[in-house]
Amino acid sequence: MSAPKKPKAMDRRRFLMDTARAAAGCAVAGTLLSLYARDARALPAEALRPPGALPEEDFLAACIRCGLCVRDCPYDTLVLAELGVDGAATGTPFFTARNIPCEMCDDIPCVKACPTGALDHGLTDIDEAKMGIAVLVDEENCLNALGLRCDVCYRVCPVIDEAITLEREHNARSGHHAIFMPVVHAEFCTGCGKCEKSCVLPEAAIKVLPVRLARGQLGEHYRLGWEQMDENGAPLVDGLIDLPDRLPGPGTDNLAAPGGFEPAFKLPMGGTGQ
Amino acid sequence: MSAKTKLPTGQEAIRTKGWIGAHKYLLLRRISQAAFLLIFLIGPWFGLWLVKGNLAGSLTLDVLPLTDPLVLLQGIAAQYWPEFTALLGALIVGVTYALIGGRVYCSWVCPINPVTDGAHWLHEKLGMPKGWQPKRETRYWMLGMVFAASALTGTIAWEFVNPITMLQRGLVFGIGFAWTFVIAVFLFDLFVSRRGWCGHICPVGAFYDLLGAKSLLRVTAVDRAKCDDCMDCFAVCPEMHVITPALRGKGTDTPLILSGDCTNCGRCIDVCAQDVFQFTHRFDTRPSPGRGEEDATPSSAPCNRAA
Ligand code: SF4
Ligand code: SF4
Ligand code: SF4
Ligand code: SF4
Repeated sequence: MSAPKKPKAMDRRRFLMDTARAAAGCAVAGTLLSLYARDARALPAEALRPPGALPEEDFLAACIRCGLCVRDCPYDTLVLAELGVDGAATGTPFFTARNIPCEMCDDIPCVKACPTGALDHGLTDIDEAKMGIAVLVDEENCLNALGLRCDVCYRVCPVIDEAITLEREHNARSGHHAIFMPVVHAEFCTGCGKCEKSCVLPEAAIKVLPVRLARGQLGEHYRLGWEQMDENGAPLVDGLIDLPDRLPGPGTDNLAAPGGFEPAFKLPMGGTGQ
Repeated sequence: MSAKTKLPTGQEAIRTKGWIGAHKYLLLRRISQAAFLLIFLIGPWFGLWLVKGNLAGSLTLDVLPLTDPLVLLQGIAAQYWPEFTALLGALIVGVTYALIGGRVYCSWVCPINPVTDGAHWLHEKLGMPKGWQPKRETRYWMLGMVFAASALTGTIAWEFVNPITMLQRGLVFGIGFAWTFVIAVFLFDLFVSRRGWCGHICPVGAFYDLLGAKSLLRVTAVDRAKCDDCMDCFAVCPEMHVITPALRGKGTDTPLILSGDCTNCGRCIDVCAQDVFQFTHRFDTRPSPGRGEEDATPSSAPCNRAA
């Protein structure tokens, strides 16, 4: 301040240098921060977001990590991620189904507590929640799949008979018993994690996965003829030719069963091909 | 300034005002900082939920929502428009700090402040060199960078590294390895750069600095004529450049410290044996002659933010 005045050009030069230095430093810091933020966006598969959570990309812009949802969860289901301990972005709320699942409160206090709408206030019916989707990941160790009657995951499901059903199958091993296969129906499963929590195996055979991992996706252009037929009451295209179904039998690849049809043309060598 | 013939910093004030009198605002500040921590902790510790949440967002007595405006603005930069409650909370906090001084957050609330103050204390004790001193404007670049990173990544970017919320949230909700960020700030201030974090880098400080640029509550060097050049105020002030224009001003220059950099910590008031400084409001036009001038020309009403 009290230093003797330097020539103007020097001042400007210094100013430009300082500015450039600060800008460059901050650009480097910004790049590092962005890369780190990008990395930290990955949510581990076991970490489930609270009910009504926006899709992960939006969630990280919306959630201010205040923990009010955590405080209002009566079952201590939700926790805020701790740096280096939990995989979710530091300070964001999540739960681990195998520890404490979501009890699907009717009044959804966690959503009500959220000041930002990171948990969508439009969710008023907990049955509509999509925290994840249960998948019977291990059909070899699931006791029901082995032919026993465990049924626990089915019994505990708050949306029993809709989100999870037992499908009777033939037990090919014994030849004369049934298998009651737990089958999850994604449309109704909320991902609460009660089934995963209750699975009696030391490592759950049924696990709640994030929707992105649990589900495939049909191509945009796929049309399921039978569904369209139901909607329309008739085939969509008039005069649609009903092509013969490929049933097993002579004249087809499968010669074993009766009821096949004659091939439209014979192979030139006189054989029927293989 | 050069010859160290004078008493160690603050001794004179202790002699004239007593230890308590010479540490009044420091004590109040520590009490305030502790209170802001405790009020969030009595919930999880004793089940007494006066306040829920943390510094990023909270709910007091189940009615008063508060939101950190900087955190919310980053979310908006990341293209998320928050719900009303959060906006209202940010408005309340924003208006409050705009009135009482943005950096009141720094000196009276922020849990990192005791950490950097501690680092500074040790720094002085060890007689360490100043170290790297980036320009004070660096923090504004940092602030700009934080918004750019938020927009770019679509996340509230600073929250991935913010040592303030890491520490506070950590204490209230469980800290994990977040303390490493706090240690890093401490070591940075101790070994790399004197008063480096809060004085030059922290974008949160920069944000509140801008927010409080026109705040009502100000410190004034109204009795500057009595200054005996002990330099103690400069020694204790975390942003010492803010003092000069007020203290060294002549009769017509305002004695108010108008820079938004001033944290309203009141340490200069404590440490001045001559009681030159006071808290006042920005429209205070009491006459304040400079040193050596006894004609009391009223100073003009201040409006510009002194750099
Ligand atoms: S619905 Fe109930 S149990 Fe589930 S996370 Fe919310 S508050 Fe907790
Ligand atoms: S209440 Fe909302 S903003 Fe706060 S931590 Fe939970 S999800 Fe995030
Ligand atoms: S996660 Fe399991 S228990 Fe919960 S709704 Fe889905 S199937 Fe039912
Ligand atoms: S500059 Fe930043 S870290 Fe320092 S006291 Fe202010 S907000 Fe806290």
